[in-house]
Amino acid sequence: MGVEVVRDLSFSIKPQSFQFLTGPSGAGKTTLLRLMLLSLKPTRGIVKIFGQDASTLDKDEITGFRRRIGVVFQDFRLLDHLTTYENVALPLRVMGRAEASYRAEVVELLRWVGLGERMNALPAVLSGGEKQRAAIARALIARPELLLADEPTGNVDPGLARRLLRLFVELHKSGTAVVIATHDLALMDQFGEARRLVVGDGRLQIFDGDSP
Amino acid sequence: MSAVSTAGDREPGPDIQPDKALRRDMPLVPASSIAGRALVIVIAIMTFLACLTAGGAILVATASQDWRGEVSREVTIQIKPAPGQDIEAAVAKAAETARTAPGVADVRALSKQESEQLLEPWLGNGLDLTELPIPRLIIVRMLDLKAPDIAALRNALAAQAPGASLDDHRLWLARLDTMADAIVIFASLLFLLMISAMTMAVGFATRGAMAGNREIIEVLHFVGAADSYISRQFQAHFLRLGLRGGLIGGALAALFFAGASALSAWWTSSVGGEEIGALFGAFSLGPRGYGAILAVAVAIAVLTGAISRIIVYRHLRRLQ
Repeated sequence: MGVEVVRDLSFSIKPQSFQFLTGPSGAGKTTLLRLMLLSLKPTRGIVKIFGQDASTLDKDEITGFRRRIGVVFQDFRLLDHLTTYENVALPLRVMGRAEASYRAEVVELLRWVGLGERMNALPAVLSGGEKQRAAIARALIARPELLLADEPTGNVDPGLARRLLRLFVELHKSGTAVVIATHDLALMDQFGEARRLVVGDGRLQIFDGDSP
Repeated sequence: MSAVSTAGDREPGPDIQPDKALRRDMPLVPASSIAGRALVIVIAIMTFLACLTAGGAILVATASQDWRGEVSREVTIQIKPAPGQDIEAAVAKAAETARTAPGVADVRALSKQESEQLLEPWLGNGLDLTELPIPRLIIVRMLDLKAPDIAALRNALAAQAPGASLDDHRLWLARLDTMADAIVIFASLLFLLMISAMTMAVGFATRGAMAGNREIIEVLHFVGAADSYISRQFQAHFLRLGLRGGLIGGALAALFFAGASALSAWWTSSVGGEEIGALFGAFSLGPRGYGAILAVAVAIAVLTGAISRIIVYRHLRRLQ
Protein backbone atom coordinates (compact mmCIF):
# COMPACT_ATOMS: atom_id res chain seq x y z
CA MET A 1 0.00 0.00 0.00
CA GLY A 2 1.36 3.41 -0.98
CA VAL A 3 1.62 6.61 0.96
CA GLU A 4 -1.65 8.11 2.16
CA VAL A 5 -1.94 11.23 0.00
CA VAL A 6 -5.18 12.64 1.41
CA ARG A 7 -7.15 11.53 4.45
CA ASP A 8 -10.27 12.29 6.45
CA LEU A 9 -11.72 14.82 4.11
CA SER A 10 -15.35 15.30 3.16
CA PHE A 11 -16.75 17.51 0.47
CA SER A 12 -19.40 17.45 -2.17
CA ILE A 13 -19.62 18.94 -5.63
CA LYS A 14 -23.10 20.25 -6.16
CA PRO A 15 -24.76 20.15 -9.55
CA GLN A 16 -24.14 23.31 -11.58
CA SER A 17 -21.49 24.53 -9.10
CA PHE A 18 -18.07 25.97 -9.93
CA GLN A 19 -14.99 25.39 -7.83
CA PHE A 20 -11.26 25.65 -7.97
CA LEU A 21 -9.26 22.87 -6.36
CA THR A 22 -5.98 24.29 -5.30
CA GLY A 23 -2.96 23.67 -3.11
CA PRO A 24 0.77 23.19 -3.49
CA SER A 25 2.21 20.70 -5.98
CA GLY A 26 1.98 17.14 -4.72
CA ALA A 27 -0.75 18.01 -2.21
CA GLY A 28 -3.20 15.59 -3.78
CA LYS A 29 -5.19 17.64 -6.30
CA THR A 30 -4.74 15.10 -9.06
CA THR A 31 -5.51 12.25 -6.64
CA LEU A 32 -8.82 13.90 -5.74
CA LEU A 33 -9.65 14.40 -9.40
CA ARG A 34 -8.89 10.75 -10.12
CA LEU A 35 -11.14 9.67 -7.27
CA MET A 36 -13.94 11.75 -8.81
CA LEU A 37 -13.20 10.27 -12.23
CA LEU A 38 -13.49 6.74 -10.78
CA SER A 39 -9.99 5.86 -11.92
CA LEU A 40 -8.83 5.40 -8.32
CA LYS A 41 -10.52 3.66 -5.43
CA PRO A 42 -10.14 5.10 -1.94
CA THR A 43 -8.36 2.79 0.51
CA ARG A 44 -11.06 3.79 2.97
CA GLY A 45 -14.03 6.10 2.94
CA ILE A 46 -16.79 6.50 0.39
CA VAL A 47 -16.92 8.26 -2.95
CA LYS A 48 -20.43 8.92 -4.14
CA ILE A 49 -20.94 9.93 -7.72
CA PHE A 50 -24.26 11.15 -9.12
CA GLY A 51 -25.84 9.91 -5.91
CA GLN A 52 -24.41 6.38 -6.06
CA ASP A 53 -21.68 4.74 -4.01
CA ALA A 54 -18.79 4.34 -6.47
CA SER A 55 -17.64 1.07 -4.89
CA THR A 56 -20.91 -0.63 -5.88
CA LEU A 57 -20.71 0.31 -9.56
CA ASP A 58 -20.04 -2.34 -12.18
CA LYS A 59 -18.00 -1.61 -15.30
CA ASP A 60 -20.97 -0.73 -17.48
CA GLU A 61 -22.24 1.74 -14.88
CA ILE A 62 -18.78 3.30 -14.63
CA THR A 63 -18.77 3.67 -18.43
CA GLY A 64 -22.20 5.31 -18.24
CA PHE A 65 -21.03 7.74 -15.57
CA ARG A 66 -17.84 8.59 -17.44
CA ARG A 67 -19.97 9.72 -20.36
CA ARG A 68 -21.46 12.28 -17.99
CA ILE A 69 -18.00 13.52 -16.93
CA GLY A 70 -15.61 15.54 -19.07
CA VAL A 71 -11.96 15.46 -18.12
CA VAL A 72 -8.92 17.56 -19.10
CA PHE A 73 -5.66 15.87 -18.17
CA GLN A 74 -2.58 17.79 -17.18
CA ASP A 75 -0.63 15.93 -19.87
CA PHE A 76 -3.53 16.23 -22.37
CA ARG A 77 -3.60 12.53 -23.29
CA LEU A 78 -4.42 13.13 -26.93
CA LEU A 79 -4.10 10.04 -29.13
CA ASP A 80 -0.99 10.58 -31.22
CA HIS A 81 -2.23 8.90 -34.40
CA LEU A 82 -5.50 10.83 -34.54
CA THR A 83 -5.95 14.35 -35.89
CA THR A 84 -7.19 17.20 -33.72
CA TYR A 85 -10.66 16.73 -35.18
CA GLU A 86 -10.64 12.98 -34.50
CA ASN A 87 -9.33 13.49 -30.96
CA VAL A 88 -12.00 16.04 -30.11
CA ALA A 89 -14.75 13.91 -31.67
CA LEU A 90 -13.64 10.83 -29.70
CA PRO A 91 -16.22 10.98 -26.85
CA LEU A 92 -19.04 11.17 -29.41
CA ARG A 93 -17.49 8.50 -31.60
CA VAL A 94 -17.19 5.97 -28.75
CA MET A 95 -20.88 6.50 -27.98
CA GLY A 96 -21.49 4.96 -31.39
CA ARG A 97 -22.81 8.14 -33.01
CA ALA A 98 -22.52 8.48 -36.77
CA GLU A 99 -19.75 10.84 -37.82
CA ALA A 100 -22.09 12.99 -39.92
CA SER A 101 -24.29 13.63 -36.87
CA TYR A 102 -21.55 15.41 -34.89
CA ARG A 103 -19.25 16.82 -37.56
CA ALA A 104 -20.72 20.34 -37.49
CA GLU A 105 -20.65 20.43 -33.67
CA VAL A 106 -16.99 19.40 -33.51
CA VAL A 107 -15.92 21.79 -36.28
CA GLU A 108 -17.75 24.64 -34.54
CA LEU A 109 -16.14 23.93 -31.17
CA LEU A 110 -12.70 23.59 -32.76
CA ARG A 111 -13.12 26.98 -34.44
CA TRP A 112 -14.26 28.46 -31.16
CA VAL A 113 -11.14 27.32 -29.32
CA GLY A 114 -9.06 28.64 -32.20
CA LEU A 115 -8.12 25.30 -33.76
CA GLY A 116 -10.16 25.76 -36.95
CA GLU A 117 -7.01 25.70 -39.04
CA ARG A 118 -5.48 22.77 -37.18
CA MET A 119 -8.25 20.21 -37.54
CA ASN A 120 -6.16 17.82 -39.62
CA ALA A 121 -2.97 18.27 -37.60
CA LEU A 122 -1.60 15.43 -35.53
CA PRO A 123 -0.75 16.16 -31.86
CA ALA A 124 2.96 15.83 -32.62
CA VAL A 125 2.91 19.10 -34.58
CA LEU A 126 0.66 21.04 -32.18
CA SER A 127 2.12 23.53 -29.71
CA GLY A 128 1.55 23.05 -25.99
CA GLY A 129 -1.26 25.59 -26.03
CA GLU A 130 -2.93 23.98 -29.03
CA LYS A 131 -2.80 20.57 -27.37
CA GLN A 132 -4.29 22.12 -24.27
CA ARG A 133 -7.17 23.58 -26.23
CA ALA A 134 -7.75 20.32 -28.08
CA ALA A 135 -7.84 18.48 -24.73
CA ILE A 136 -10.35 20.99 -23.38
CA ALA A 137 -12.49 20.77 -26.51
CA ARG A 138 -12.53 16.96 -26.15
CA ALA A 139 -13.73 17.30 -22.55
CA LEU A 140 -16.50 19.71 -23.54
CA ILE A 141 -17.79 18.18 -26.74
CA ALA A 142 -20.23 15.75 -25.12
CA ARG A 143 -21.65 18.51 -22.85
CA PRO A 144 -20.86 16.75 -19.60
CA GLU A 145 -22.70 17.23 -16.30
CA LEU A 146 -19.39 17.37 -14.46
CA LEU A 147 -16.15 18.78 -15.85
CA LEU A 148 -12.85 17.92 -14.18
CA ALA A 149 -9.83 19.87 -15.40
CA ASP A 150 -6.29 19.37 -14.16
CA GLU A 151 -4.25 22.58 -14.69
CA PRO A 152 -6.17 23.42 -17.85
CA THR A 153 -4.43 26.77 -18.33
CA GLY A 154 -0.93 25.61 -17.45
CA ASN A 155 0.46 25.88 -20.96
CA VAL A 156 -1.27 28.91 -22.38
CA ASP A 157 -0.62 32.64 -22.30
CA PRO A 158 -2.71 34.79 -19.92
CA GLY A 159 -4.98 36.03 -22.73
CA LEU A 160 -5.92 32.54 -23.85
CA ALA A 161 -6.16 31.42 -20.21
CA ARG A 162 -8.82 34.11 -19.67
CA ARG A 163 -10.67 33.00 -22.77
CA LEU A 164 -10.59 29.36 -21.69
CA LEU A 165 -11.78 30.29 -18.21
CA ARG A 166 -14.68 32.14 -19.81
CA LEU A 167 -15.48 28.94 -21.69
CA PHE A 168 -15.59 26.99 -18.43
CA VAL A 169 -17.78 29.67 -16.84
CA GLU A 170 -20.18 29.56 -19.81
CA LEU A 171 -20.31 25.79 -19.47
CA HIS A 172 -21.05 26.14 -15.77
CA LYS A 173 -23.84 28.62 -16.48
CA SER A 174 -25.41 26.21 -18.88
CA GLY A 175 -25.66 23.63 -16.09
CA THR A 176 -22.36 21.80 -15.78
CA ALA A 177 -20.59 21.39 -12.44
CA VAL A 178 -16.97 22.45 -12.94
CA VAL A 179 -13.91 21.51 -10.89
CA ILE A 180 -10.65 23.13 -11.97
CA ALA A 181 -7.45 22.03 -10.29
CA THR A 182 -4.94 24.84 -10.49
CA HIS A 183 -2.40 26.75 -8.49
CA ASP A 184 -2.72 29.82 -10.69
CA LEU A 185 -3.89 32.48 -8.21
CA ALA A 186 -4.44 35.06 -10.94
CA LEU A 187 -6.81 32.69 -12.71
CA MET A 188 -8.80 32.07 -9.53
CA ASP A 189 -9.06 35.78 -8.85
CA GLN A 190 -10.70 36.30 -12.23
CA PHE A 191 -13.72 34.32 -11.06
CA GLY A 192 -14.04 35.32 -7.45
CA GLU A 193 -17.46 33.82 -6.84
CA ALA A 194 -16.12 30.29 -7.34
CA ARG A 195 -15.74 28.05 -4.33
CA ARG A 196 -12.16 27.18 -3.43
CA LEU A 197 -11.15 23.77 -2.15
CA VAL A 198 -7.64 23.97 -0.76
CA VAL A 199 -5.71 20.75 -0.14
CA GLY A 200 -2.58 20.73 1.94
CA ASP A 201 -0.98 18.21 4.29
CA GLY A 202 -3.59 15.68 3.25
CA ARG A 203 -6.44 17.86 4.58
CA LEU A 204 -9.01 19.97 2.80
CA GLN A 205 -10.23 23.47 3.58
CA ILE A 206 -13.24 24.89 1.80
CA PHE A 207 -13.76 28.59 1.15
CA ASP A 208 -17.06 29.64 -0.33
CA GLY A 209 -16.70 32.20 -3.06
CA ASP A 210 -17.89 35.79 -3.08
CA SER A 211 -21.63 36.03 -3.53
CA PRO A 212 -22.38 36.56 -7.16
CA MET B 1 -28.43 25.16 -24.00
CA SER B 2 -24.73 24.58 -24.18
CA ALA B 3 -21.87 26.80 -23.23
CA VAL B 4 -20.62 26.51 -26.72
CA SER B 5 -23.77 27.69 -28.41
CA THR B 6 -24.24 30.65 -26.07
CA ALA B 7 -20.66 31.83 -26.16
CA GLY B 8 -20.59 35.47 -27.03
CA ASP B 9 -17.33 35.94 -28.82
CA ARG B 10 -17.53 33.09 -31.26
CA GLU B 11 -16.25 33.77 -34.74
CA PRO B 12 -19.30 34.99 -36.61
CA GLY B 13 -21.24 32.52 -38.73
CA PRO B 14 -18.59 29.91 -39.25
CA ASP B 15 -19.02 27.94 -42.37
CA ILE B 16 -19.94 24.56 -40.99
CA GLN B 17 -19.97 22.83 -44.31
CA PRO B 18 -18.03 19.69 -43.72
CA ASP B 19 -14.50 20.11 -44.82
CA LYS B 20 -14.00 17.81 -47.77
CA ALA B 21 -10.41 17.16 -46.76
CA LEU B 22 -11.28 16.44 -43.14
CA ARG B 23 -9.79 13.15 -42.06
CA ARG B 24 -12.31 11.60 -39.74
CA ASP B 25 -12.34 7.83 -39.58
CA MET B 26 -8.85 6.74 -38.66
CA PRO B 27 -8.96 3.39 -36.83
CA LEU B 28 -8.59 3.88 -33.08
CA VAL B 29 -5.93 1.18 -32.91
CA PRO B 30 -2.95 2.45 -34.97
CA ALA B 31 -2.83 0.52 -38.22
CA SER B 32 0.87 0.17 -38.83
CA SER B 33 3.42 -1.19 -36.48
CA ILE B 34 6.39 -3.52 -36.75
CA ALA B 35 4.55 -6.15 -34.69
CA GLY B 36 1.56 -5.81 -37.06
CA ARG B 37 3.74 -6.44 -40.12
CA ALA B 38 5.38 -9.44 -38.44
CA LEU B 39 1.94 -10.86 -37.67
CA VAL B 40 0.84 -10.40 -41.29
CA ILE B 41 3.90 -12.40 -42.41
CA VAL B 42 3.24 -15.15 -39.84
CA ILE B 43 -0.42 -15.36 -40.88
CA ALA B 44 0.56 -15.39 -44.58
CA ILE B 45 2.98 -18.29 -44.03
CA MET B 46 0.51 -20.22 -41.89
CA THR B 47 -2.27 -19.69 -44.42
CA PHE B 48 0.02 -20.79 -47.24
CA LEU B 49 0.92 -24.01 -45.41
CA ALA B 50 -2.67 -24.62 -44.31
CA CYS B 51 -3.86 -24.14 -47.92
CA LEU B 52 -1.14 -26.50 -49.18
CA THR B 53 -2.23 -29.26 -46.79
CA ALA B 54 -5.92 -28.62 -47.49
CA GLY B 55 -5.28 -28.55 -51.26
CA GLY B 56 -3.12 -31.69 -51.07
CA ALA B 57 -5.83 -33.49 -49.12
CA ILE B 58 -8.43 -32.43 -51.69
CA LEU B 59 -6.21 -33.64 -54.55
CA VAL B 60 -5.69 -37.04 -52.94
CA ALA B 61 -9.35 -37.36 -51.99
CA THR B 62 -10.46 -36.48 -55.55
CA ALA B 63 -7.89 -38.80 -57.11
CA SER B 64 -8.93 -41.65 -54.84
CA GLN B 65 -12.55 -41.14 -55.85
CA ASP B 66 -11.44 -41.40 -59.47
CA TRP B 67 -9.58 -44.67 -58.78
CA ARG B 68 -12.58 -46.04 -56.99
CA GLY B 69 -14.79 -45.15 -59.96
CA GLU B 70 -12.34 -46.47 -62.53
CA VAL B 71 -11.27 -49.61 -60.78
CA SER B 72 -14.62 -50.64 -59.41
CA ARG B 73 -16.18 -50.38 -62.89
CA GLU B 74 -13.61 -52.69 -64.35
CA VAL B 75 -13.27 -56.42 -63.66
CA THR B 76 -10.99 -58.95 -65.28
CA ILE B 77 -11.82 -62.50 -66.21
CA GLN B 78 -8.84 -64.81 -66.32
CA ILE B 79 -8.84 -68.11 -68.13
CA LYS B 80 -6.00 -70.45 -67.39
CA PRO B 81 -5.16 -72.97 -70.06
CA ALA B 82 -5.90 -76.55 -69.11
CA PRO B 83 -4.67 -79.68 -70.95
CA GLY B 84 -6.98 -80.71 -73.73
CA GLN B 85 -8.93 -77.49 -73.63
CA ASP B 86 -9.55 -75.24 -76.61
CA ILE B 87 -8.58 -71.99 -75.00
CA GLU B 88 -9.95 -69.81 -77.83
CA ALA B 89 -13.36 -71.45 -77.45
CA ALA B 90 -13.21 -71.02 -73.67
CA VAL B 91 -12.36 -67.32 -74.07
CA ALA B 92 -15.18 -66.84 -76.56
CA LYS B 93 -17.62 -68.64 -74.28
CA ALA B 94 -16.61 -66.62 -71.23
CA ALA B 95 -16.79 -63.36 -73.21
CA GLU B 96 -20.23 -64.26 -74.47
CA THR B 97 -21.38 -65.14 -70.95
CA ALA B 98 -20.07 -61.82 -69.66
CA ARG B 99 -21.73 -59.92 -72.48
CA THR B 100 -25.15 -61.27 -71.56
CA ALA B 101 -24.72 -60.77 -67.81
CA PRO B 102 -26.68 -57.87 -66.24
CA GLY B 103 -24.93 -54.53 -65.69
CA VAL B 104 -22.12 -55.15 -68.18
CA ALA B 105 -21.29 -52.25 -70.51
CA ASP B 106 -18.46 -53.58 -72.58
CA VAL B 107 -16.42 -56.76 -72.93
CA ARG B 108 -13.06 -57.01 -74.61
CA ALA B 109 -11.06 -60.21 -74.78
CA LEU B 110 -7.32 -59.67 -75.12
CA SER B 111 -5.91 -61.61 -78.04
CA LYS B 112 -3.13 -64.12 -77.52
CA GLN B 113 -0.64 -61.60 -78.86
CA GLU B 114 -1.83 -58.88 -76.46
CA SER B 115 -1.57 -61.33 -73.56
CA GLU B 116 1.98 -62.13 -74.52
CA GLN B 117 2.83 -58.45 -74.75
CA LEU B 118 1.73 -58.02 -71.15
CA LEU B 119 4.46 -60.44 -70.12
CA GLU B 120 7.21 -58.67 -72.05
CA PRO B 121 8.25 -56.36 -69.20
CA TRP B 122 9.00 -59.43 -67.09
CA LEU B 123 10.27 -61.90 -69.61
CA GLY B 124 11.82 -59.61 -72.21
CA ASN B 125 11.02 -59.73 -75.90
CA GLY B 126 12.28 -62.04 -78.53
CA LEU B 127 11.16 -65.14 -76.62
CA ASP B 128 8.95 -67.66 -78.26
CA LEU B 129 6.00 -67.92 -75.93
CA THR B 130 3.89 -70.21 -78.04
CA GLU B 131 4.82 -73.23 -75.93
CA LEU B 132 4.04 -71.53 -72.62
CA PRO B 133 0.60 -71.89 -71.09
CA ILE B 134 -0.23 -68.20 -70.95
CA PRO B 135 -3.49 -67.27 -69.21
CA ARG B 136 -5.89 -65.18 -71.26
CA LEU B 137 -7.64 -62.07 -70.01
CA ILE B 138 -11.03 -60.58 -70.74
CA ILE B 139 -11.61 -57.02 -69.61
CA VAL B 140 -15.18 -56.31 -68.60
CA ARG B 141 -16.42 -52.76 -68.05
CA MET B 142 -19.50 -52.54 -65.90
CA LEU B 143 -22.19 -49.93 -66.33
CA ASP B 144 -21.66 -46.79 -64.25
CA LEU B 145 -23.73 -47.96 -61.29
CA LYS B 146 -23.20 -47.35 -57.63
CA ALA B 147 -22.98 -51.09 -56.87
CA PRO B 148 -22.25 -53.09 -60.01
CA ASP B 149 -23.67 -56.62 -59.77
CA ILE B 150 -20.39 -58.51 -59.75
CA ALA B 151 -21.98 -61.49 -57.99
CA ALA B 152 -24.38 -62.14 -60.90
CA LEU B 153 -21.50 -62.13 -63.35
CA ARG B 154 -19.48 -64.44 -61.10
CA ASN B 155 -22.40 -66.88 -60.87
CA ALA B 156 -23.01 -66.79 -64.61
CA LEU B 157 -19.35 -67.54 -65.29
CA ALA B 158 -19.26 -70.38 -62.78
CA ALA B 159 -22.25 -71.96 -64.49
CA GLN B 160 -21.31 -71.40 -68.12
CA ALA B 161 -17.53 -71.16 -68.28
CA PRO B 162 -15.86 -73.28 -65.63
CA GLY B 163 -12.14 -72.56 -65.39
CA ALA B 164 -12.69 -68.82 -65.73
CA SER B 165 -11.86 -66.82 -62.63
CA LEU B 166 -13.04 -63.30 -61.88
CA ASP B 167 -10.89 -60.60 -60.33
CA ASP B 168 -12.76 -57.47 -59.27
CA HIS B 169 -9.60 -55.71 -57.92
CA ARG B 170 -11.20 -55.41 -54.51
CA LEU B 171 -7.91 -56.00 -52.74
CA TRP B 172 -6.19 -53.22 -54.68
CA LEU B 173 -9.09 -50.93 -54.13
CA ALA B 174 -9.02 -51.52 -50.38
CA ARG B 175 -5.29 -50.79 -50.24
CA LEU B 176 -5.58 -47.62 -52.28
CA ASP B 177 -8.50 -46.51 -50.16
CA THR B 178 -6.58 -47.07 -46.95
CA MET B 179 -3.60 -45.16 -48.27
CA ALA B 180 -5.69 -42.24 -49.50
CA ASP B 181 -7.63 -42.11 -46.22
CA ALA B 182 -4.38 -42.12 -44.25
CA ILE B 183 -3.02 -39.23 -46.31
CA VAL B 184 -6.24 -37.23 -45.85
CA ILE B 185 -6.27 -37.86 -42.08
CA PHE B 186 -2.60 -36.89 -41.84
CA ALA B 187 -3.23 -33.70 -43.81
CA SER B 188 -6.21 -32.85 -41.60
CA LEU B 189 -4.06 -33.27 -38.48
CA LEU B 190 -1.36 -31.04 -39.98
CA PHE B 191 -4.03 -28.49 -40.83
CA LEU B 192 -5.32 -28.50 -37.24
CA LEU B 193 -1.78 -28.14 -35.89
CA MET B 194 -1.14 -25.14 -38.10
CA ILE B 195 -4.41 -23.50 -37.09
CA SER B 196 -3.53 -24.04 -33.40
CA ALA B 197 -0.05 -22.57 -33.90
CA MET B 198 -1.59 -19.59 -35.68
CA THR B 199 -4.17 -19.12 -32.92
CA MET B 200 -1.34 -18.92 -30.41
CA ALA B 201 0.64 -16.49 -32.56
CA VAL B 202 -2.42 -14.25 -32.85
CA GLY B 203 -2.94 -14.49 -29.09
CA PHE B 204 0.62 -13.35 -28.40
CA ALA B 205 0.32 -10.55 -30.96
CA THR B 206 -2.96 -9.36 -29.44
CA ARG B 207 -1.48 -9.25 -25.95
CA GLY B 208 1.53 -7.38 -27.35
CA ALA B 209 -0.69 -4.90 -29.15
CA MET B 210 -2.68 -4.30 -25.98
CA ALA B 211 0.46 -3.68 -23.99
CA GLY B 212 1.70 -1.31 -26.70
CA ASN B 213 -1.61 0.55 -26.82
CA ARG B 214 -2.29 0.74 -23.08
CA GLU B 215 -2.41 4.53 -23.23
CA ILE B 216 -5.06 4.42 -25.97
CA ILE B 217 -7.17 1.94 -24.00
CA GLU B 218 -6.96 4.16 -20.93
CA VAL B 219 -8.00 7.29 -22.83
CA LEU B 220 -10.85 5.41 -24.50
CA HIS B 221 -12.06 4.33 -21.06
CA PHE B 222 -11.90 7.90 -19.76
CA VAL B 223 -13.90 9.29 -22.65
CA GLY B 224 -16.62 6.73 -21.96
CA ALA B 225 -15.89 3.83 -24.29
CA ALA B 226 -17.43 0.52 -23.21
CA ASP B 227 -15.27 -2.61 -23.13
CA SER B 228 -17.27 -4.07 -26.00
CA TYR B 229 -16.51 -0.97 -28.10
CA ILE B 230 -12.77 -1.16 -27.38
CA SER B 231 -12.61 -4.88 -28.12
CA ARG B 232 -14.45 -4.26 -31.41
CA GLN B 233 -11.72 -1.78 -32.37
CA PHE B 234 -9.03 -4.39 -31.71
CA GLN B 235 -11.05 -7.01 -33.53
CA ALA B 236 -11.32 -4.75 -36.58
CA HIS B 237 -7.58 -4.09 -36.42
CA PHE B 238 -6.69 -7.79 -36.28
CA LEU B 239 -9.33 -8.68 -38.85
CA ARG B 240 -7.59 -6.30 -41.27
CA LEU B 241 -4.18 -7.84 -40.49
CA GLY B 242 -5.68 -11.34 -40.78
CA LEU B 243 -7.32 -10.55 -44.11
CA ARG B 244 -4.09 -9.16 -45.50
CA GLY B 245 -2.03 -12.15 -44.30
CA GLY B 246 -4.72 -14.66 -45.25
CA LEU B 247 -5.13 -13.32 -48.77
CA ILE B 248 -1.37 -13.16 -49.37
CA GLY B 249 -0.93 -16.76 -48.13
CA GLY B 250 -4.00 -17.97 -50.04
CA ALA B 251 -2.89 -16.26 -53.25
CA LEU B 252 0.58 -17.82 -52.97
CA ALA B 253 -0.98 -21.25 -52.41
CA ALA B 254 -3.29 -20.77 -55.43
CA LEU B 255 -0.27 -19.77 -57.53
CA PHE B 256 1.59 -22.82 -56.27
CA PHE B 257 -1.19 -25.17 -57.34
CA ALA B 258 -1.64 -23.41 -60.68
CA GLY B 259 2.11 -23.73 -61.30
CA ALA B 260 2.11 -27.37 -60.19
CA SER B 261 -0.78 -28.10 -62.52
CA ALA B 262 1.14 -26.56 -65.44
CA LEU B 263 4.26 -28.52 -64.54
CA SER B 264 2.45 -31.82 -64.09
CA ALA B 265 2.48 -32.33 -67.86
CA TRP B 266 6.27 -32.54 -67.67
CA TRP B 267 6.19 -34.88 -64.74
CA THR B 268 3.87 -37.38 -66.35
CA SER B 269 6.42 -37.90 -69.11
CA SER B 270 9.24 -38.49 -66.62
CA VAL B 271 10.18 -41.53 -64.59
CA GLY B 272 7.98 -41.70 -61.50
CA GLY B 273 5.58 -39.22 -63.06
CA GLU B 274 2.87 -41.80 -63.44
CA GLU B 275 2.99 -42.63 -59.74
CA ILE B 276 2.67 -38.96 -58.82
CA GLY B 277 -0.14 -38.65 -61.33
CA ALA B 278 -1.89 -41.68 -59.85
CA LEU B 279 -1.69 -40.22 -56.36
CA PHE B 280 -2.64 -36.63 -57.08
CA GLY B 281 -4.56 -36.99 -60.33
CA ALA B 282 -3.80 -34.29 -62.88
CA PHE B 283 -2.60 -32.01 -60.04
CA SER B 284 -5.43 -29.74 -61.00
CA LEU B 285 -7.33 -28.41 -58.01
CA GLY B 286 -10.45 -27.32 -59.87
CA PRO B 287 -12.90 -24.59 -58.79
CA ARG B 288 -13.80 -26.51 -55.63
CA GLY B 289 -10.15 -26.60 -54.53
CA TYR B 290 -9.55 -22.90 -55.24
CA GLY B 291 -12.82 -22.15 -53.44
CA ALA B 292 -11.46 -24.11 -50.45
CA ILE B 293 -8.24 -22.05 -50.51
CA LEU B 294 -10.26 -18.81 -50.48
CA ALA B 295 -12.43 -20.20 -47.67
CA VAL B 296 -9.34 -21.11 -45.62
CA ALA B 297 -7.86 -17.61 -46.14
CA VAL B 298 -11.09 -15.85 -45.13
CA ALA B 299 -11.70 -18.25 -42.23
CA ILE B 300 -8.18 -17.54 -40.92
CA ALA B 301 -8.83 -13.78 -41.11
CA VAL B 302 -12.15 -14.14 -39.27
CA LEU B 303 -10.51 -16.43 -36.71
CA THR B 304 -7.77 -13.84 -36.17
CA GLY B 305 -10.34 -11.11 -35.51
CA ALA B 306 -12.44 -13.30 -33.22
CA ILE B 307 -9.48 -14.54 -31.14
CA SER B 308 -8.17 -11.02 -30.59
CA ARG B 309 -11.62 -9.77 -29.62
CA ILE B 310 -12.04 -12.51 -27.01
CA ILE B 311 -8.58 -11.88 -25.56
CA VAL B 312 -9.07 -8.10 -25.44
CA TYR B 313 -12.51 -8.40 -23.89
CA ARG B 314 -11.24 -10.74 -21.17
CA HIS B 315 -8.28 -8.49 -20.49
CA LEU B 316 -10.50 -5.40 -20.20
CA ARG B 317 -12.88 -7.21 -17.86
CA ARG B 318 -9.98 -7.87 -15.52
CA LEU B 319 -8.93 -4.20 -15.58
CA GLN B 320 -11.00 -2.32 -13.09
